[in-house]
Amino acid sequence: MEDIPGCVEHLFRHEAGKMVSYLTRFFGLGRLNLAEDVVQDVLCQALQTWPTHGLPDNPSAWLMRAARNRAIDLVRRDDRLRHLTPELTHLLRLREESPEREPAFKNEIQDDQLRMMFACCHPGLSSEIQITLILKTLCGFSVAEIASALLAGEDSVEKRLGRARRFFRETSSAADAPEIDLSSVSERLDTVHQAIYLLFNEGYHSSRSEAPVRDDLCYEALRLALLLSEHPRSAQPATFALVALFCFNAARLPGRLDAEGSLLQLEDQDRSKWDRALIGKGFDFLEESAAKNEVSEFHLEAAIASMHSSAETYEKTDWSRIQQLYNLLYSIKPTPIVALNRAIAVGEARGPREGLAALQAIHPPPKLRDYPFYPAAQAEFLFRAGRREEARSSFKLALNLARNEAEARFLQRKLQACA
Amino acid sequence: MTRFMYLFRHHAANERPSSPEEMQRQMKAWMDWIDRLKQESHLVATGDRLSATGKVVRGKSKSVTDGPYVEAKDTIGGYLVVEAADLDQATALAHGCPVLDAGGSVEVRPISSM
Repeated sequence: MEDIPGCVEHLFRHEAGKMVSYLTRFFGLGRLNLAEDVVQDVLCQALQTWPTHGLPDNPSAWLMRAARNRAIDLVRRDDRLRHLTPELTHLLRLREESPEREPAFKNEIQDDQLRMMFACCHPGLSSEIQITLILKTLCGFSVAEIASALLAGEDSVEKRLGRARRFFRETSSAADAPEIDLSSVSERLDTVHQAIYLLFNEGYHSSRSEAPVRDDLCYEALRLALLLSEHPRSAQPATFALVALFCFNAARLPGRLDAEGSLLQLEDQDRSKWDRALIGKGFDFLEESAAKNEVSEFHLEAAIASMHSSAETYEKTDWSRIQQLYNLLYSIKPTPIVALNRAIAVGEARGPREGLAALQAIHPPPKLRDYPFYPAAQAEFLFRAGRREEARSSFKLALNLARNEAEARFLQRKLQACA
Repeated sequence: MTRFMYLFRHHAANERPSSPEEMQRQMKAWMDWIDRLKQESHLVATGDRLSATGKVVRGKSKSVTDGPYVEAKDTIGGYLVVEAADLDQATALAHGCPVLDAGGSVEVRPISSM
């Protein structure tokens, strides 16, 4: 995992996620705030001692030990936490038996993080709340950082977190406890996949921002998907496919923007900037995902992404294979966006006339009609078919629908090119 | 060469950085600064950081109050001993101290020799 971009420079974030997950095992989900306060204290303690005393040999174990000790102090001092006595006894025993050793084994911490991930994806919470909560608890983002990553206001992030905390407080004593029994993980794995997929896409195709790509979110989603793939309970074919998909797409991040920060289409990207090591990892996971005879939407999306990643140039891309994959994808995920991408693949594979016919055949629902890349795809094929006037008016239509500066600049360039 | 003590003061209100990411940034800034002092052979002793709690004993009556907070807006958060050619150089070296970015100050005091 250390070779995933961003893993070293965000050590504190990730350690915070581990500690919150670990402490929540003792404090319960109803006391997320308490766990977060302890983590804040522990990181402050590190900030005060490490620069002068030097880094400990194992910073991660140092932090976890400090978190355990702080938790023990709190439970001892606070009467309201009295009922946590069995947990306290457990913690104390661990401290006495192994004062210098890590307070939790690697696999226990993995369990804790997995439990936390599944708790965040409780079906009683909206997907918006789910990813906000994931960023807060598992990824160690502050409210301000979540707000800027998800392009939401800080108050609305606070509101989402408040709702989640209330939900956990109200349900943690009830029978439908959000506390997760790891044996029932498979029932909620789909929801977890969808939440992480959403998190990745939020960073990859932002529609609302001046910053069209936010790598941070993509790498966090990849890190969480890897966590899932490393745990025996969640290491399922669809998980491997999800990791593969993220690897292929994240590998292209360094080539997606030009020097001015404008989005570059696949055909204009400098493929030498793509991260070859990450692409290689993608293929490893894609292979692993095929172990059983299961085909999920992630398998198909990963397979499509792999075709792009392995094509030497845009022209050498195997579009007819991609078209077949989109056909399969559309059969299990018939969304307007998949239909659009499928039509584009048809055009690339069989020529602009067929592409236009395929676009026409979608009968776009209103949502797709407002999506700038629908008229842009029409314009592109019209242009290639030599129908310049119509291409110009379709590009103009697309330009009017552009949702941010980067999209507008991109479409403006296309429009100028068909003058 | 003369020895100097750096006393770091920061606003009690600005005590806590807002996020793990911010803490890591500050940590790196401190480590880089101290490393530089070390490499350029200015560092004599790395003092400890001081906890924000404590007591103050004052005057002939030996009255005791809680914590350094009560009267001081700025509290001493830590210290460091460096060696420099003169006060000017010691002051210049203090310009890189990360406590300044958080709105704090560094007091540079020559340590008088006997």
